Amino acid sequence: MTARRKGVDVERRVQHKYLPATDAEREEMLRAIGVGSVDALFADIPETVRLDRPLALPPALSDPELMAQLRALAQANLDCDRATSFLGAGAYDHYVPSVVWHLAGRGEFLTAYTPYQAELMQGELQAGYEYQSMLCDLTGMDVANASMYDGASATAEAAVMAKDLTKRSEVLVSTAVHPEYRQVIRTYVSPLGIQVTDVPYRDGGTDLNAIERALSERTAAVIIQHPNFFGSLEDAKALADLAHRAGALLICAIAEPLSLGILKPPGAWGADIVAGEGQPLGNNLNFGGPYLGMLATRMEFVRRIPGRLVGATVDTDGRRGFVLTLQTREQHIRREKASSNICTNEALLALAAAIYMATLGKQGLRRVAELNLRKAAYAKDAIGSIRGFEIAFKTPTFHEFVIRTPLDPDELNRRLLQDNILGGASLGRWYPELRDAWLLCVTEQRTREEIDRLVDVLEGIR
Amino acid sequence: MTAGGTRDFPVIFEFSTPGRVGSSYPAPDVPERALDTLVPAEHLRDEPAALPEVSELDVVRHYTRLSHRNFSIDEGFYPLGSCTMKYNPKIHEDVARLPGFSRLHPYTPPEQAQGALHLLWDLERLLAEISGMDRVTFQPAAGAHGELTGLLMIRAYFESRGERQRTKVVVPDSAHGTNPATAAMVGYQVITVKSDSRGNMDVDALQAAVDETVAAIMLTNPNTLGLFEERINEVEEIVHGSGAQMYMDGANFNAILGVTRPGDQGFDVMHFNLHKTFTTPHGGGGPGAGAVGVKSHLVPFLPVPVVERDGDRFRLDTSRPKSIGKIRAFYGNFGNLVRAYTYLRSMGSAGMRQIAETAVLNANYMLARLRSSFDLPYDRLCKHEFVLAGTRQKRQHGVTTKDIAKRILDYGFHAPTIYFPLIVDEAIMIEPTETESKRTMDEFIEALLAITREAKENPELVRTAPHTTPVKRLDEVRAARHPDLRWKPRR
Repeated sequence: MTARRKGVDVERRVQHKYLPATDAEREEMLRAIGVGSVDALFADIPETVRLDRPLALPPALSDPELMAQLRALAQANLDCDRATSFLGAGAYDHYVPSVVWHLAGRGEFLTAYTPYQAELMQGELQAGYEYQSMLCDLTGMDVANASMYDGASATAEAAVMAKDLTKRSEVLVSTAVHPEYRQVIRTYVSPLGIQVTDVPYRDGGTDLNAIERALSERTAAVIIQHPNFFGSLEDAKALADLAHRAGALLICAIAEPLSLGILKPPGAWGADIVAGEGQPLGNNLNFGGPYLGMLATRMEFVRRIPGRLVGATVDTDGRRGFVLTLQTREQHIRREKASSNICTNEALLALAAAIYMATLGKQGLRRVAELNLRKAAYAKDAIGSIRGFEIAFKTPTFHEFVIRTPLDPDELNRRLLQDNILGGASLGRWYPELRDAWLLCVTEQRTREEIDRLVDVLEGIR
Repeated sequence: MTAGGTRDFPVIFEFSTPGRVGSSYPAPDVPERALDTLVPAEHLRDEPAALPEVSELDVVRHYTRLSHRNFSIDEGFYPLGSCTMKYNPKIHEDVARLPGFSRLHPYTPPEQAQGALHLLWDLERLLAEISGMDRVTFQPAAGAHGELTGLLMIRAYFESRGERQRTKVVVPDSAHGTNPATAAMVGYQVITVKSDSRGNMDVDALQAAVDETVAAIMLTNPNTLGLFEERINEVEEIVHGSGAQMYMDGANFNAILGVTRPGDQGFDVMHFNLHKTFTTPHGGGGPGAGAVGVKSHLVPFLPVPVVERDGDRFRLDTSRPKSIGKIRAFYGNFGNLVRAYTYLRSMGSAGMRQIAETAVLNANYMLARLRSSFDLPYDRLCKHEFVLAGTRQKRQHGVTTKDIAKRILDYGFHAPTIYFPLIVDEAIMIEPTETESKRTMDEFIEALLAITREAKENPELVRTAPHTTPVKRLDEVRAARHPDLRWKPRR
């Protein structure tokens, strides 16, 4: 059956593997509907808006041709399997155990919808409940949601939460928070009358005196990142105390949740809201996404937390089961009064994170965190000892640190590429005062040999 | 495999046994200094996080069993109106997992990420052509995120023109909840305009509602009733006539691919739900990808960075002074953009149009076979989805749409969308998509007709459904009244 449009010849219909309806079935269906052609089903579309030509798209490719083309595009990228990467800055190269995606990639999880029909979706819901529980354990908070889009937007939504909870209209944001997170916070809050005040860092950490001076009765929240963008550990408890004394909330952004394998959880030192990035937990680098926003808070704030929440309940036979709950917070019920417009989230990545956390377990997460810490410390000392290279800040760090370099960091990175090394992120694009500085990340993926080779190459650079 | 009898299906913490491990890492190959020489003691945890201690087999069994307690497109039919639950091709998974994509760091110098940037550039051109828009951003992680991006750009556009009196956004009464929620997030007041008896936006009501204090209208077309807005030209005249912008919610794009383009209908900006029309997998609730297309007057306000091309090289442009900024870190849900791109390259022009024609054909077929068994709020040919009302069953037998939906689960199908759009009482919205066969649709139709007979002959069976799922009907009221949102060990 050919589609006919006025004055336009259309190619004969070719059966496609994703379109099962055969010519005979189409005829049968048209008869059941009572129309003579498929065109009749579009008769209510005004002529003036109809396309009068085929779409100008490249011809359809078969599967083998597709794989060849996409493989060529993939191979034109220097990924972290092909090069030795020391890149971090908000996206981290961690070893993902094989079980994670063998399980998360199962069609039953991958091709499932949001579990609104709970009885049919206990798998997704229970996995979500377990994920929420693990996140609470990790962060020391009372309640965690079933995911946000990414760390940056989760932090922005936390800022809006703080405004709603305190009824105050200013947030203080440390400039040691990831620059892209700060951009996102500004974009989100600008139409809501929330003022964003940057508070400078000092010696690699948030300046406590500057925070204290900036705090006022207008402050809804102080936003820090821990470890911060420079990899430094913040004086988090002191910052939380300062914020609380002024009646403000402490929002802690976490770009590297693996650090919580050994670091004191935010709940223990006084954070009110934790907004994190879950990519490091079992998820791939994926050129920046999809990533996994995490949001956790205290139980008293639960009714203002955005996003989906999984809760336990019972069925008519008394069996434990799980449902999406407290849905009156959400857009499909509260509409313009919802705490956020978020609908689709990052459920699959949360599942992968849960499988990762279960696989590593209590001891494993701690061990991997220690590997990160120790390897980075080894690298930091070795590089800091090279003439011309200087550790920028004295603050303790987790797996990233800032190095002042003898030549332009971008030029340094170009030279390192010749040895198939992806060097650290050059900081000048975000911090003019750090245009001679470089953010280097060393995860458990880097062997001593690779670190030693980096040191050798740097030593040879003039 | 389901838990026998009424035993609770265990949570993973219940398998935890102290000392068990599930992972394997090399021993440290660098000096093992005491932790507190690297990190001050006050920063260190007192106790490790109370994650479970399980073996790898424990993990595999637990999540495999959980997967069996989940319904998916791979298993069966998901006639969810407005969700476009079409088949998710496996080749997309293989492509997305290519290390050149999945192991690529976002801060890789652009010169070393030319394949990724080329893909984004190409995908942008394809979506622009399909939609009739000029440029497309891929930053939004989902449709609602795209709505936020679009409205933020509209707001920035009017700010740049000094038109600060535009404080309202108009939505139809059939709008998806994200539309008014997004408008509120951007500081707009929401004005709702009713639909007319044909299910179109009421043009007279719209005329009365629109003036120079309106910034934008947000429309879905076809709308959430599955009906094409027949008076779209009049809507366009009214909205543009008052200087406001037209935003298109692209959730229902599947119905019109290759037939009509939102850009040609007058829309200034639209979001695409790549996880609907462009079949990136739903993943149990996400990730999505909510690309946004704009006409040229909104291009300066796009989020940064934007992919630009110089000859045969691609770069990321961040020098865009009028940009709204960023709505997430990095560039977008790239892993899903790869899938959408692969899909578009596999369909081609005739393929795209066939998707729309087949989706619309399938929906009208199901409507034709079901319409006499339910109340029908709008007697029109539908597009890719249609809305029935369970009001007859409620009235005659005390069986609600919710009961019917739960009973459908016993027949091995996912239920349709229920109680949406809000303007239809006891709404049942069905969208088969083009990837379903006539046989599957016939099976579903037979099941639904059987349930209408059960409603009459054995209503209690329907009212207490589901009966064959791993758990029976769940107490949602209890879940909300006594929130239990994390596992705690029983003492």
